[in-house]
Amino acid sequence: MTRAQLETRILGVLRWVVIAFLAVITLFPFYYMLMLSIRPIESLLMAPERLWVSAQELTLSTYRTVLTPTEDGGQGFLRLLRNSALVSLGTVALTLLAAVPGAYAVSRLNFFGARNVSVLFLAVYLFPATLLAVPLFVIFAKIGLQGSLVGLAVVYIAQTVPVSIYMLRNYFATIPKSVEEAAALDGCSRVSIVVRVVLPLAAPSLMATGLYVFMIAWNEFLFALLFLAADPEVWTVSLGLQQLAGGIEVPKTVLMAGSVVLTVPVVVLFYLAERMLTEGLTTGADKS
Amino acid sequence: MTTTLTAPPSGTRSRRPDRRATLAARENRAGIAFVSPTLLVVTAVVVVPIACTVVLAFQRTRLVDIQTTGLMGAWTLRNFEQVFLSPGFWTSLWTTVVYTAGTTIGSIALGLVAALALRRPFKGRAVLRGSMMLPYVAPVVSMAFVWEVMLSPEYGIVNAWGVRLLNWDAPIGFLTQRSLDVEVLGLTVPVPIALVTVIVFESWRYFPFTFLFLLARLQAVPRGLEEAAMVDGATPLQRFRHIVLPQLMPVMALLTVLRVIMTFNKFDDVYLLTGGGAGTEVVAVRVYNFLTARFDVGAASAQALVLAAVLAALLGVYFRFFASKVQEEKQ
Repeated sequence: MTRAQLETRILGVLRWVVIAFLAVITLFPFYYMLMLSIRPIESLLMAPERLWVSAQELTLSTYRTVLTPTEDGGQGFLRLLRNSALVSLGTVALTLLAAVPGAYAVSRLNFFGARNVSVLFLAVYLFPATLLAVPLFVIFAKIGLQGSLVGLAVVYIAQTVPVSIYMLRNYFATIPKSVEEAAALDGCSRVSIVVRVVLPLAAPSLMATGLYVFMIAWNEFLFALLFLAADPEVWTVSLGLQQLAGGIEVPKTVLMAGSVVLTVPVVVLFYLAERMLTEGLTTGADKS
Repeated sequence: MTTTLTAPPSGTRSRRPDRRATLAARENRAGIAFVSPTLLVVTAVVVVPIACTVVLAFQRTRLVDIQTTGLMGAWTLRNFEQVFLSPGFWTSLWTTVVYTAGTTIGSIALGLVAALALRRPFKGRAVLRGSMMLPYVAPVVSMAFVWEVMLSPEYGIVNAWGVRLLNWDAPIGFLTQRSLDVEVLGLTVPVPIALVTVIVFESWRYFPFTFLFLLARLQAVPRGLEEAAMVDGATPLQRFRHIVLPQLMPVMALLTVLRVIMTFNKFDDVYLLTGGGAGTEVVAVRVYNFLTARFDVGAASAQALVLAAVLAALLGVYFRFFASKVQEEKQ
């Protein structure tokens, strides 16, 4: 056997080992989370090594505990879900409202400072969130935005606008200029060109960007912790779950049910738009 | 016979550059108008706070003082003195560097292996590729808790199996133990187990990101070169080393920069897994503790500023080194 044949054979086997390994490490934690969320805590403590739930011990009481309003002795996650949804959807809407014209300007228009804009955006990611957190904490306390979902959404917009502009710009660049020129000849103004011509063509990319922003806002934790921790009324699901974990004697199975509640919306959305999202993120990556 | 050929009326000639100028001016105005909402938000929530941090770092301020007196107090270098003289800060900075290097290398290596394994089609590839994104898209809070439960010494599945199947002497406190003695070839090596666990978690969460970029680039590598090398008798490893890898290098360099920037400032993963205990206190977590436990805004700002400066310096060195390397290759 030549060296090439030997290597081919070994790598052929290794490839399947790697594939199996990847499937296990990515899927197992999610399976484990689901499995524990429908098991009674006694069963977990008695047999921590078991990988399945028997039919007679299967329980949904953990979910009942998590979702029941706090007035009725539950954890009130339904309200937290509403808060998270409000912040995330608001962030998506306002981010796109700022990012669409921004991305169009960066990709199409020749204006004073067009090049420096991207440097400014880089700064958003170069400075640690903790660096922003200290003064924002102080400023928000001063103008009364502390403990408000609006304040949180404003911070999220600043955090997501740069990446949105990056994603949209790559897509706008693929739209032929002649289409716009034709619209301009027909008497369209700049704004109506963007609204009537560019946006319909960019719809898939707009969806992907919106989804990505939604995920960032839904998953965010640090700013929610800093701004909202004092008032349980406005907690997001991420924050509520973390506070739940720090609380007194909450069974781990209930914690896992809370984790499932937090995870499911994002994962469902991701699967609905998987192709769009992966393509939207890596557009341009294969050209470098 | 008169010549019909007349010079163009001077009016149009002088108007033409004029019209171009107004078009350009209009474009300029539209451009600025279009980016202004973004600039406004970024200025209000990023630029102004950064400026504030700089100001706060040079003052002895506690949270209570600011709410009553305002931003401007006496200027001082005490905060920096305190930061640089405290041994805790240097330990924490070193932890941050190890953590960043570990997760950057870990996530890129795992992403590269995954991209190579999924390069050629097989049954179920699309499904696997989709599910491999899950660690990246799932919320960090729930993932941190799942890992915490999995790794728990009392009821976690990893320890349960480790003790039963691998004959571990005792359950391992993956997230609570500072150091673990591991026997390697008869030698006892202390491993900073909590820090390693946090690095593994972070690599796991971010390998899908590097995988996505590397796979996209891999699929754009032209087949012809590799086929030619195969005809010439190059083995698979040689083809990878000399043909595929060089083409991946630019993307890997980009991913390194991105991952370093993102991890260096990372707060939530470490905070949620260990709270900064057991030798995992990165600077971001330390800043948070100064702010919320001691209400010491001045010292917190000073540390955040030093952290940003270290990152900027690292990136500066990197770009200088990298830029000169690229030039060498071109020559």
